[in-house]
Amino acid sequence: MMRPFRQVSSPVCALPQPNVDTDQLIPARFMKRPRSEGYGSFLLYDTRFDEAGAPRTNPVDDALARGAQVMVARRNFGSGSSREAAVYALVDAGFRCVIAPSFGDIFSGNAVNNGLLPAVVDEACVETLLAADVVSVDLEACRVWAGEAVFAFRIDPVWRVKLLNGWSDIDLTLSHADAIRAFAQADRLRRPWARLDSN
Amino acid sequence: MAPPRTLFDKLWDAHVVLTREDGQSLLWIDRHFFHEGSHHAFAQLRARGAKVAEPSLNIGVADHYVPTQSPGRTIADAGIGGMVAGLEANAAEHGTRLFGLRDPRQGIVHVVGPEQGLTLPGLTVVCGDSHTSTHGAFGALAFGIGASEVAHVLMTQTLWQRRPKRMRVVVDGALPPGTAAKDLALAIVARLGADGAQGHAVEYAGSTVRGLSMEGRLTLCNLAIESGARCGMVSPDATTFDDLRGRPFAPVEFDAAAEAWSMLPSDADAEFDAEHRLDAASIAPVVTWGVTPEDALPVTAFLPDPATAATPARAAQIRDALDYMGLRPGQRLQAIGIDRVFIGSCTNARIEDLRAAAAVLAGRRAVVPGLVSPGSSLVKQQAEQEGLDRIFQAAGLVWADAGCSMCVGMNGDLVPAGERCASTTNRNFKGRQGQGSRTHLMSPAMAAAAAVAGHITDVRELLEGRA
Ligand code: SF4
Repeated sequence: MMRPFRQVSSPVCALPQPNVDTDQLIPARFMKRPRSEGYGSFLLYDTRFDEAGAPRTNPVDDALARGAQVMVARRNFGSGSSREAAVYALVDAGFRCVIAPSFGDIFSGNAVNNGLLPAVVDEACVETLLAADVVSVDLEACRVWAGEAVFAFRIDPVWRVKLLNGWSDIDLTLSHADAIRAFAQADRLRRPWARLDSN
Repeated sequence: MAPPRTLFDKLWDAHVVLTREDGQSLLWIDRHFFHEGSHHAFAQLRARGAKVAEPSLNIGVADHYVPTQSPGRTIADAGIGGMVAGLEANAAEHGTRLFGLRDPRQGIVHVVGPEQGLTLPGLTVVCGDSHTSTHGAFGALAFGIGASEVAHVLMTQTLWQRRPKRMRVVVDGALPPGTAAKDLALAIVARLGADGAQGHAVEYAGSTVRGLSMEGRLTLCNLAIESGARCGMVSPDATTFDDLRGRPFAPVEFDAAAEAWSMLPSDADAEFDAEHRLDAASIAPVVTWGVTPEDALPVTAFLPDPATAATPARAAQIRDALDYMGLRPGQRLQAIGIDRVFIGSCTNARIEDLRAAAAVLAGRRAVVPGLVSPGSSLVKQQAEQEGLDRIFQAAGLVWADAGCSMCVGMNGDLVPAGERCASTTNRNFKGRQGQGSRTHLMSPAMAAAAAVAGHITDVRELLEGRA
């Protein structure tokens, strides 16, 4: 059971860049750690610290200090590597929502599986949201407020329901166990070459 | 008459267990490859006390963290050693096949699957790795997934998916001398943009693609994800079947299987949601200059200038990329000096790639250090039989063992901060090859040429009188 998502009002962490890939969100060298140690301190590590490990001036730490739970970025956020650790880093750092004009496909799926809302907005809204101090995100209404301005965001309707309820797929899938078994049996006859148990 | 269908439609339809009213489908998964990085998913299984539903369809491969330069493949770093040992323990606990560190067939998952005949036309193939799109070269529906989805596949051998849109990229004509599948793939990413194919299953078609070897098709599909595609694929044909015949895990009843596979190609009048066309004759050797694979240009070009960018956002993006890469606006691409080369990765470390690099390096010396890591231990063996290892070593490059190596640096093969690497890999992201590293993506022949020249250079000049 994940934490359900309804509404979040929070300061904004603005990253006015396109293509914030998952290698940037969490550099590969941190991915050996078990999740139980918490991944929040690795989030955007090389943006926040220089090669000697000294903190850089950066928008992320400023926003985290203000309690930001919403990140706003430009197009193609979370592109690249399928590493779900990128989502763990965001979630463990306290983020509940990322707003961008587009997301890497694998990243969005990973986000929803961890209760993080990937909200898609029109390019035209991003400038206002990047400049906002505080935003309010309402998943039931699929709206985001920034001061006087209000914008609609898009999310796959199935993902919306999953997030609203904090559901994970696995229990739902297990309830279809009979259908899966029947498919596998028929498929074995249809495509005998697809199996590996004889080799 | 049934309506005409695309290759993708046929693959999808054959794997739907059920479709919900809301449009999500539960797909049957034929092959799931896992690697050291899949430890998060196994931890989820452990937390639930769950078992792997279909052990024979889940296959472990040691690649991301394996050492490539230590005798006997010993691992000094405890953290890295723990990752490889963890993979072995998970495979043993759940009774799956494993191509482990010291298996003679070990290598990068996207090289080993095809090499062993585990990847076949008509299959769904998933792996917790975005370059799983590679396997689509055989006419399979192959895509990368995250750790929660990996856990879901392990527990149920299925996945929930929404049907993506269909895109066809048609390339016709002959690729000019000195260019290869990598140049074509990068040119496509540059044309579409890093998110141009988002939400789409891409089929690569046209006479150029038909004319590519299996290895070239693997390179092409490998880079599908760099244009944001859910997956890339090529219709199976005689090239595919000839490649597969005799592979260790190819079906015993091969001809019956091949007959089924021959029904897979897209029907002549099947419709796509989007289509792009390229002329192969217009392709030149391509090099990336920035921090996303869409920042790709012909080697003869000059770097962009933020001052002439179309929008302020684009100007900021160019400025940021040039700044990270330590480059100036308007600079000649060929004048950029490099510090090292890396020839390897699931993009370009199959035998054909190593031959292409060796053809440039034969009788020449590299003026910068470099590492050559074959895509698999079997590729390594074959390259040594052909004497390619001696060419690389005579040129002054290090001939290493198989693995992901410097593509992502998880095993410790890193590009030092501030250094510039000519690399045959697929990602030039900030810090991808190591903190502060600067990556220029190119073909194996172009990387070899850069090694000889010490700067980015047009391989066509080095191939004169050779090819
Ligand atoms: S070689 Fe690079 S891109 Fe390919 S699987 Fe390994 S890390 Fe990923």
